[in-house]
Order: sequence, then structure tokens, then C-alpha cells
Amino acid sequence: MYAYDEIDRTLINERVSEFRDQVKRRLTGELTEDEFKMLRLQNGVYLQLHAYMFRVAIPYGTLSSKQLRRLAHVARRYDRGYGHFTTRQNIQFNWIKLAELPDALADLAEVSIHAMQTSGNNTRNVTSDQWAGVVPGEVEDPRIWSEVLRQYTTLHPEFSFLPRKFKFAITAHPHDRAAIKIHDIGLRLHKNEQGETGFEVMVGGGLGRTPFIAKTIRPFVHGRDLLSYVEAIMRVYNRYGRRDNIYKARIKILVHELGIEKFGAEVEEEWQQIRDGSLRLDDETIEDIRSRFSYPTYEKLPHMPEELRKAAHDPLFERWRRNAVFPHKATGYSIVTISLKPVGGPPGDATADQMDALADLADKYSFGEIRVGHEQNLALPHVARRDLPELWKALDAIGLATPNVNLVSDIIACPGLDYCSLANARSIPIAQELTRRFANHDTASLIGRLHINISGCINACGHHHVGHIGILGVEKNGEEFYQITIGGRADEKAELGVLIGPAVPYGEVADVIEDIVEAYLALRAAPDELFVDTVKRLGVEPFRERVYATR
Amino acid sequence: MPLVRGGKIQNDDYVHLADDAAPPESGAVLVSAVRFLADPESLLQRRQKVGVIWPNNRDIEDLLPYVERLALIALVFPSFRDGRAYSQARLLRERYFFHGELRATGQVLRDQFVFMLRAGFDAFDVRKQADAEAYTQTVKRYSVFYQPTGDGRVAAPFRRLQLRHSESAGL
Repeated sequence: MYAYDEIDRTLINERVSEFRDQVKRRLTGELTEDEFKMLRLQNGVYLQLHAYMFRVAIPYGTLSSKQLRRLAHVARRYDRGYGHFTTRQNIQFNWIKLAELPDALADLAEVSIHAMQTSGNNTRNVTSDQWAGVVPGEVEDPRIWSEVLRQYTTLHPEFSFLPRKFKFAITAHPHDRAAIKIHDIGLRLHKNEQGETGFEVMVGGGLGRTPFIAKTIRPFVHGRDLLSYVEAIMRVYNRYGRRDNIYKARIKILVHELGIEKFGAEVEEEWQQIRDGSLRLDDETIEDIRSRFSYPTYEKLPHMPEELRKAAHDPLFERWRRNAVFPHKATGYSIVTISLKPVGGPPGDATADQMDALADLADKYSFGEIRVGHEQNLALPHVARRDLPELWKALDAIGLATPNVNLVSDIIACPGLDYCSLANARSIPIAQELTRRFANHDTASLIGRLHINISGCINACGHHHVGHIGILGVEKNGEEFYQITIGGRADEKAELGVLIGPAVPYGEVADVIEDIVEAYLALRAAPDELFVDTVKRLGVEPFRERVYATR
Repeated sequence: MPLVRGGKIQNDDYVHLADDAAPPESGAVLVSAVRFLADPESLLQRRQKVGVIWPNNRDIEDLLPYVERLALIALVFPSFRDGRAYSQARLLRERYFFHGELRATGQVLRDQFVFMLRAGFDAFDVRKQADAEAYTQTVKRYSVFYQPTGDGRVAAPFRRLQLRHSESAGL
């Protein structure tokens, strides 16, 4: 956990006061809605179909139990008793009242949580691997650098009115859980031959109307140069990014139109001017940030404690353990993923009661720490393996032990037409229906790892392009239709899915997905060939044939 | 539109000269980039101050041959949502050492004052009277800053090191 110092605390308190003043001026009519819109967006407030929506940042997906309890409090006090975790390590509240927002922000600021730049055309919440600092095989903890970037990007005096939104993601592990290649800037932390820490910098990834996988602009930028290099990229973008058409305003379009070589040369030229300036990070500054992160003191515990041996006889426990428990760098400990995808539920939602209960469990079993992943699930990052059976019972009691992590019913979905003013079609009911179709755990296990991602419109908040199966809602003559892609992925081998055929109406989506899955089961070379690998090997055609033969 | 300069509402001492208007006998003039670039020398040879309004879609580097002799550069925010002039401002101040008046024009609203100050602006053509009157209060909103810019305010990383060093020195 990063602990705020006096500077961090002062800044978010000053931001709360500023926003309180802005809301007051809007309510008295001193500010027009047009003027207020950007100001509220810069603090995570959207006007949605039914009400204002409030998006709160969970930087690099790390929460303390105290913070989670405060999110529960906001859900209960200012909303309807639940929150929605998003694909970018944010939580959204859907029923907030404008006049109460400043108080909600003040409550959050007391526990070092803010909503700065969770929307608007500025640098968004910096996201990272939800297993940072605990997963075996990591180069180093990427959250140190995420925090460096969080501070650097917060209220940046030059880059708060960019052509369009701008997202950073960082990973320090060979297996990318942060989807860095679909971000405006993706950073892969690694070491050079001299053992120095630096980053492969990727730029111009993004989904939406014109999806692109990020391209490498520089294979190694030394850690000390991270901020100056990032500033060079941002400056080139701020100066030359398109502002004539919001659909062409993301950096990915600039990179695409110039080509990565020319864009890279522009950045290089700018960087040479500033790399030795005031943004250069010395070791002391990095150490200063690092020293504000606290780590648990692990006990020396056995890998296979008696409690676990005994519980192995319980098939329900075993089923959950195999699905949701992952290796930890410390012997005797595990990372536990908590599915927010119950059968029939909206993906990513948690009630205030669940949040409070989970905060208690984190205190009891995970050194008071909780993580949030881009798959819209949570995690307890430091669970002693001897505690797994007890934890499982406690999670099950609050509806948080669904053993479907990474399986077909672990669906990513945007809020869709049920909440969102941009959506063309519903997402949540599609996800709910699919979780019911694939509710049988044995079937889901047989299918294996399969990510279904659903977006209710072309803006792609549900990351449909990079779902193993992607579902995109469109509107045709006033009716909801859905385009289906297969073969996408968001990890280190990121790829965009390919359209399988014509869009299908709302009522047929679940049938089509079942057909695709059946086709896969028939086509796969072996039970351990994942869906996405079968698509890679065979292409879309055999799937298209099977799905559309009878339609 | 009220002009805020030096933290106060002031009268504008510059005459805004249309592209086809003859320059006045005396007094400071502010001209468009087009007019300025058509014949920079004749304007710069005047004894009085010359300012230029520089659009945000034109490289600021085109102005470099004249930067030392310009008393005022006005950068434009066609909408407050268009942030290109922040980059132009920082470059003028921090890279090209422009020491004259750097004025924000266009849709200049109070909620951008702090950003503008940090980017190097020191004068503001403020759109609304109420915002101009609120200037002094508004610029005090923030006392801490994360990013170093050329405005001289101490940014968080440096301040932290200062604090640590003063602690370790027993002060």
C-alpha cells in the first residue's frame, strides 16, 4: 500500500474544495452546463440516462480495507447500496446526486481516495497488474512507478485539455494482466543488460471505433527518464493530435497517420530537449516513493498445511481452490481471486454489504489489502494457505465464491443501455443470460479458459475487440443487434478479434455463443488447447460455417 | 473583457490593430500573426511595444526570430477545452526564454487560471467579469503541485527531498 504524505493529502483536499466551489457555481447558474461539463468530467462525473454517474479511481488496483469500507459507505449513503467495478480499476456509482457529490468526495478524501481525471480529455487513472508485488516471476513491483506516474499526471498544467482521453497501463510480469497493449501508453517494466530498470514503451493502443494494438516506440527507456519520455510523447500529442473530429482525436490516430517511425522521431527530438531537465528522476526521489509503500511481513508457513489437506476432501472447496487460488511469491501464501460474476448477476457489481464483509475478511486473512483487476474481479493478495478453507466458507456466505474465474461465465461487460447514455444496446442482460447458459461448472471447466467481453456500443468500454469472444451491441432500425468477433485477446499476445458473420438479434445471441462454444469443443486438437488457440490455428471460417449453417 | 495582469484587473494598454488598419502614431499595438509575419520589421522598428496574437495551430517556433523583440505574445484558447496553448506557453517560457508578457486570450475562465499560471501565463483576457474579480481567490486554490514547470513553484518531489534533508539536518 502507498501511504499518502502531507503533500498528497493537501492536494486532494484542495481538489475537493475546488470541486465544491464548481458544483456550487453550477447550482446557482453561475456556470453554464457547457462550462461545467468538462469540470465535472475532470472529476469523474457523467450525466447518464437516469442520473449522474460518479467514477472513483483505484490507482493501480490497490485498496486497503479501510478504503473499501469507505466505498461501501458512499454506496450506502449517497447511492443505492452498490457499486460497479470497471475494466480500468475504477468503481462507479450510478445514482449519485450532484448536490451531494462534494460530500461524497470529502468522505473519500479522508481515506486517500479521489476521483480526479477518471473521465474527461486528460490522463486517466494509471492502471497496473492486480497481482503486482505478490506474483512470482515479477521483475519488480510496478506500483512504485505507477504511483510516480499517478502523481506526475495528476492536475498536469500542460496536459489537462488534451485532444482526447489518455490512458496509461504498466506491467512488470511476462504475463500481462494489465492489457497494456490496448492503452495509449503501455509500459512493460524490464531490466537491460546492465541490470538497470527501465521500460519498453508502447504507444497508440486503444479500442473504440478504430481499434489498434499499441506499437513499440522505444524498447528501453531508463527508469530515470520515464517522466521526460512520457512528457515528450504527451507534448507531441497535445500539439499535433487531431481536434477536428473526436473519433479521430486519440493518440492512436496520430501514430497511425504519421506512422510509428515518424511519430517516434518527433518524440525523440522533443525528448532530447528535456531529458536532462527537471523531470529526470534521481534515485532518491524513487526511493522516497518506494519508502511510502508498505509490505506485509509474511510468516514462514508450509506450502501444504494440514488445514488444506483436510479440506481437499470437500469437492466444493476443491473446485473453488482450483479455480480461484493462484501462486504467491511467498511460500505458504496464495493470491485469491474473488469473482464478481455470480450466475445471473451484472458483471462487476458489489453491494455495500459485500464490500464491508470483504474488508473484514481482508483484515482477517490478507493483511488488510484488496486488489481490483481489469476483468472486473477483486482479489485478496496475501492469504495464508492454511486459511483458505475458512476464507472460502466466509466468501461463500456473502456470495463471493463463484468458481468461474477465467471461465466462460467470467464475462467483462460495460453497463450498456440499462445505464449508459451512449449505448445502442443492452450488455448486462446478455451477460446474465450467458452466465445462466453456462452455469454448470463441469461444462465450464470442460470448456476451459474463455473470455467473453461485451460492449453496448462502439466505444468499447467492455473491451469486446479483445475478448476471446467479443459481443458488440449495435442498433439496426431501432432494434438491438449484436456483432460477434472471435480470437481477440488483451494479454502479451494482444490481438483484435475477427468478425464471424452478420449481426444477430438480441434474442439469438446466447444461442450463437453456445454454437461457437460447441464448435470449439468439436474442433479443438486436444482438451488443453484453449479456445483462442483453436481460433488462431484454424481461423474464423470453420466457426462461421457451423454457426451460420442453420441460420 | 477584463484584463487581469499582475494579479489585478487593469486597462489594456495595447491597441488591437485590425489587419488592414494603419498603426497609430504612438502606443503599444497588438496584431494578428498574419499581419505581423507579413512585415515584422516595420512593426518591430516602432519605438512602442509590439505584441502578436499567435494561433494555437501554428508552430510557436515560427516566431523565434522575433521573440526577443516582442513585448507581448497572446496565445489563444478558442475553447477552454482546447489545450494546445499550454504547450506553446511552456515552450516559450522554458525553452525559448520569452520574458515578455504572455497573455491568455479566448475562452479564459477561472477554473483554468492555475494551469495557465503554471504554464507561464502572466496576463489573462478573462471572459467573465465575475471570474476576473475572483482571480486572487482562485489562484490560491492549490498550495502543492506534483509537476515541475518553469513557473518557479516548488513541485512535490523536490519539496519532499527538502523536507527530508531538513529533518535529517535536525532543523
